[in-house]
Amino acid sequence: MKIVVCVKRVPDTTTQVKVGPDGTSLDAAGVTFANNPYDEYAVEEALKIKEKTGPGEVIVISVGPAEAAQILRNFLAMGADRAILLKETAPGRDNFGVASALAGEIKGLAPDIVLCGKQAVDDDGAQVGAIVARLLGMPVVNTVTKIELAAGKAVAHREIEGGHEVVEVSLPAAFTAQKGLNEPRFPSLKGIMAAKKKPFEEKPAPAAEPRLTVIKMEPPAKRPAGRILGKGVEAIPALVKALHDEAKVI
Amino acid sequence: MTIKFAGFDMYGLEALYTDEERMIRDTVRAFVDERVLPVIEKHNREATFPAQLVKPLGELGVFGATISGYECAGLNNVAYGLILQELERGDSGVRSFASVQSSLVMYPIHAFGSEAQKSKWLPRLAKGDAIGCFGLTEPDFGSNPGGMTTRAVKKAGRWVLNGTKRWITSGTIADVAVVWAKVEDGTVRGFLVEKGTRGYTAPEIKNKFSLRASVTSDLIFEDCEIPEENLLPKTEGLKNALMCLNQARYGIAWGAVGSMMACYDCALNYSKTRIQFDRPIGGFQLVQAKLAQMVTEIVKGQLLCLQLGRLKDQGKSNHVQVSIAKRNNVSWALEIARSARDILGASGIVDEYPIMRHMANLESVFTYEGTHDIHTLIIGEAVTGLPAYKG
Repeated sequence: MKIVVCVKRVPDTTTQVKVGPDGTSLDAAGVTFANNPYDEYAVEEALKIKEKTGPGEVIVISVGPAEAAQILRNFLAMGADRAILLKETAPGRDNFGVASALAGEIKGLAPDIVLCGKQAVDDDGAQVGAIVARLLGMPVVNTVTKIELAAGKAVAHREIEGGHEVVEVSLPAAFTAQKGLNEPRFPSLKGIMAAKKKPFEEKPAPAAEPRLTVIKMEPPAKRPAGRILGKGVEAIPALVKALHDEAKVI
Repeated sequence: MTIKFAGFDMYGLEALYTDEERMIRDTVRAFVDERVLPVIEKHNREATFPAQLVKPLGELGVFGATISGYECAGLNNVAYGLILQELERGDSGVRSFASVQSSLVMYPIHAFGSEAQKSKWLPRLAKGDAIGCFGLTEPDFGSNPGGMTTRAVKKAGRWVLNGTKRWITSGTIADVAVVWAKVEDGTVRGFLVEKGTRGYTAPEIKNKFSLRASVTSDLIFEDCEIPEENLLPKTEGLKNALMCLNQARYGIAWGAVGSMMACYDCALNYSKTRIQFDRPIGGFQLVQAKLAQMVTEIVKGQLLCLQLGRLKDQGKSNHVQVSIAKRNNVSWALEIARSARDILGASGIVDEYPIMRHMANLESVFTYEGTHDIHTLIIGEAVTGLPAYKG
């Protein structure tokens, strides 16, 4: 079984991000980057499928700057067999541009399964998996929490409002991974050492016409400062009035 | 894999590590954040060993990480040091377990064992399927292990062991003990004693104020008979035991840095949010003096370890350098823990914060694996040529 997993380098979820001076992108200065957490579920699932179904290959692929090589190495350390980095020449590629670069490369690989995280936690685009699948002419199941394989097909579970949906698709198919799909493994220390010997291909991402332009990025409005209404028992009527009339919580 | 501890690099040391070394550190760092820190205070409070961590640590490849083959990771010494740094940022007891398993059990089996001993034990110890302990210290022979009274006598093709070992980490839970004993001509040799062997018991030493999340035991041998082939064939004297200690002490020097980082990080964050006299206490000069001292000592400790690790990888390190690093780093770790406790005020004494646990643990680390004073004398002998601990 050949499985391709699309992954992305994103700011670490614990890092503080700021809008850059151009007002349309994040300021990378002082930001630590990491694997997109949802991609870890996708890679883990690919490794599990490979372990269960016997001989096969897990290929991780990313569109991003040269520094994205590090996250591909992290996934090689987890157990992926090889990596492809489609290097960006300039930042600001939209989701469609990313998806078409990925699809162009994946087409030649002819995988049985394409896995993606359900979204990247930086831009929360949540489009790439579906567009890749469309461009490859594959069915796509979003936000899966379980995948079971049978001959030439897959049964996938999705969490939907108030319950589960179970769908069947024929392979090849694409899936986007939701939290709960599995518990991603830690890369083993041996795996980290082995990762540098695994095939790693780097090539420029094909140019893409932007279909979408970010015109503004702004931090959420600052929360207004707190207000002290008074002290002790005497302040209670004013507090009740404020909670009722202003905050409208009682 | 989520790293919560941001780390800090005051001195551009990140650039001195290879990509693999950083990845290994960050992996263990995430493991400690996700698996060790959420449970450690409970284990410390209840004085229980977090046995559930042994298998996952084995799967990660932490045990015997510098050994090549036998299902070990084959890492260099700097990577191994960084692993122990992160483990001790979690807890000295957890790091002690890993040090004993790797440096005091797997190392001697690998260095002095027969092929049969290596293939029987190393893969199981590496994966965490078996636990090991190391019996050298005795109730009456600590800093002076050469005086040991444990004896191994050969009788009808078997070795018969008699004696008592004390302060043995992981003793009660160990599947195999590396035991040092004198044979008839007075030479110290190493033996493997398996759990369940008749005449061998390992009662736990209870009521410790320190290393509460680690098992400490006596090993008692009463006419304990073991097969002839359980002798570690390449052991020929006390020096072999001391070679093991040198491995472990190296790791302790790194581990102490982890403990320093944990206490400093806690005190720094506290000082920025604790308001007294209408401003964060981190803004007061006396608090800043403490933090400045801490961070400076951490950088120095990191540099001592890193250069020692590089020398070790080149085969150029010696035991005096190991003494310098162990002595300095553990002593400063203890000072930093006390200073951090001071910054936290009364909050520093409760186990909502990790400081008092580190401080209490470090009292053991200060004493085990060569006491602070013995390391002072090793360095003293190296510089003067005059051994102060011999009669």
